[in-house]
Amino acid sequence: MNKLNVAAAVLVAALPLLLSAAEPLADAAAGRQVFQLRCAPCHGAGRGGDPGREMLPGTDALRIKYKGALPALLEQRTDLPEAVLRVYLRHGSWSMPAFRKTELSDLDIGNIAAYLAVSSRSGAQ
Amino acid sequence: MTILPPGVSAGQFVKALAEFTAAVGKDWVITDDEDLQAYRDHFSMLKGQPDELVCSAAVCPADVAQVQAIVRIANRYKTPLFAISTGKNFAYGGPAPNVRGSVTVDLKRLNRVLEIDEKRHFALVEPGVSYIDFYRHIQERNLKVWVDTADVGWGGLMGNALDRGIGYTLGPYRDHFSAHCGMEVVLPDGELMRTGMGALPGSHAWQEYRHGFGPDPAGLFAQGGFGIVVKMGFRLMPQPEHWRTGLVTVPKRRDFIPLVDTVNYLTDLFIIGEPLYGSPLRNLRNDAEFVKAAEAFDEAAMDRIAASHNLHSWQVELQFYGSEKTTLANWEWAKELMLRNIPGAQCFEGESLAVPVTAEQIERTTRPYPAPYASQMRRNVMHGVPKLYVWWMPSRTDEYPDSWNESHLGLFSVVARSGAAVLQAQQDFDRIARDLGNKPANLSAISTPVNWYQSVFLLGNGAFGSNTRNDTSPEAKVAQVKLLREVLRRNAALGYGDYRAPPVLQDAVADQYSFNNFALRRFNERLKDAIDPNGIILPGRGGVWPRALRALRGALRK
Repeated sequence: MNKLNVAAAVLVAALPLLLSAAEPLADAAAGRQVFQLRCAPCHGAGRGGDPGREMLPGTDALRIKYKGALPALLEQRTDLPEAVLRVYLRHGSWSMPAFRKTELSDLDIGNIAAYLAVSSRSGAQ
Repeated sequence: MTILPPGVSAGQFVKALAEFTAAVGKDWVITDDEDLQAYRDHFSMLKGQPDELVCSAAVCPADVAQVQAIVRIANRYKTPLFAISTGKNFAYGGPAPNVRGSVTVDLKRLNRVLEIDEKRHFALVEPGVSYIDFYRHIQERNLKVWVDTADVGWGGLMGNALDRGIGYTLGPYRDHFSAHCGMEVVLPDGELMRTGMGALPGSHAWQEYRHGFGPDPAGLFAQGGFGIVVKMGFRLMPQPEHWRTGLVTVPKRRDFIPLVDTVNYLTDLFIIGEPLYGSPLRNLRNDAEFVKAAEAFDEAAMDRIAASHNLHSWQVELQFYGSEKTTLANWEWAKELMLRNIPGAQCFEGESLAVPVTAEQIERTTRPYPAPYASQMRRNVMHGVPKLYVWWMPSRTDEYPDSWNESHLGLFSVVARSGAAVLQAQQDFDRIARDLGNKPANLSAISTPVNWYQSVFLLGNGAFGSNTRNDTSPEAKVAQVKLLREVLRRNAALGYGDYRAPPVLQDAVADQYSFNNFALRRFNERLKDAIDPNGIILPGRGGVWPRALRALRGALRK
């Protein structure tokens, strides 16, 4: 397990506390807009577009990674609070490069986390 | 803070950072190690090594005046700057600089679409506008214009054009730098300059006549370090009414020559968009007899085996933009030419879609051609719709469930736009690879060129795809750098040059262009020293080094 995964695992363990701390300040509606613009092109529910690719690349990669243990769609994930997202987005993960603050601000990340908390509860796709 | 710009003391750098902070605000001078992670080249072949090309800090201006201030400060402290727009040029280095310790000028906050004219077909944008941003802007306003997009839509119009990126629609648009029309540049002394008609105060045609009067320096800013471009105009393609495709196949290996000639004719009359070449013979890549013939470039045997499997040797997909009637007429004419020029050619009807196509039509991955004729056409880029579809290439896939492609994907060399030149280049690249102990992952004899640029082919060579997944150790990546440099050297000896490269390979590519004892590079560096005497603007970019840092040429992993 590399450092990134260790950090993410620790943060997932602290999930309930983090959720209660982050949610009141975040704006899920704003998070949805940012998610659609910055995340959904790779992690959305659309089809792959390339011949032979039935899912978008990020969604497909998570399908293969988790083999059904976790949803392939981020919008169905319940384990991605702000602190966990921040680790992945600021460091990158596998083929996903890191995002700079000029692309995704800390506020954006918090808002995306708030949106994912809502979308996963509502069964959004 | 662990990295300093070359030749700058810690004390001086602290002072420079203080001045940068005064110019842009404390939130927009990035020095925190975690926040700087995102300024690394995610696919660097030197990642984690002591000489990885990383920046010392990032400064993120919000407007042109702040860019000017940053440049003036950098001059005072002789701090090299490396400018990025969206920072997503991942196939060619991402946001990483040519010089370790440079200060990155992150232009993403300059993110406005300043103007779009759907009657005169142009746009004026700032550096941070991505293709996805731009497309959304068009859609929200229901404008009837397209921008020719890069494969990966999070890239930006300006950055892609300045690295001479390419696309897929009609020729004048898919050469993204040539589609630019007018730019505004912060020069190395901080002064602001406009090119073309922008140099004429009050001009109403900045985005319509790129030349202005007299010498036009616009080309210096593509793959070059002569200034920081802060506005750039682009010609846009008017939205056609209809899109039609068709497939042409030809039976024999040498039929590739008249096939290319015929496609060139249609291309240069602006009848077709990007043609997509392929070979149906890839259906035989597991056939031992065929593989043996192909690896020996035994053309008679390849033709015989292809015929025995009832397969044609080559195919090309054509696409037509216009009205339903004109696209049909042009396809009928194309078929007539093909059948006249190439005995045994076959033509297959493709798709005929009203424009704009629907989201479902963009996503549909089935293709209209009969088996075994496959299509590699992505509809989104043919319609100016930016997506991230191709990101499966470096990602975890069913074919590679336990790896991702950690290094830059490969090299594309410029090859003359003729069938004979391609058949020769296939053999040349194959021999170079094998001589270096690097058996090509795919059969060279059926590799096909891309016609991204209208007037020339690019043909892949060097290391590709699965090669960089097999061994991801630092030693293997460094060995790959050395291998690719040797490939570049041997390519050049045969007259092949590359069009684009990540920073770690840019000196090696620049070395290919050596006519008359590097007269071109010496000219560029005389200009560089005159315009940028402190050598602060993107030193090393495109293989052009300022006097102060010229010792760094080729020094990286020598």
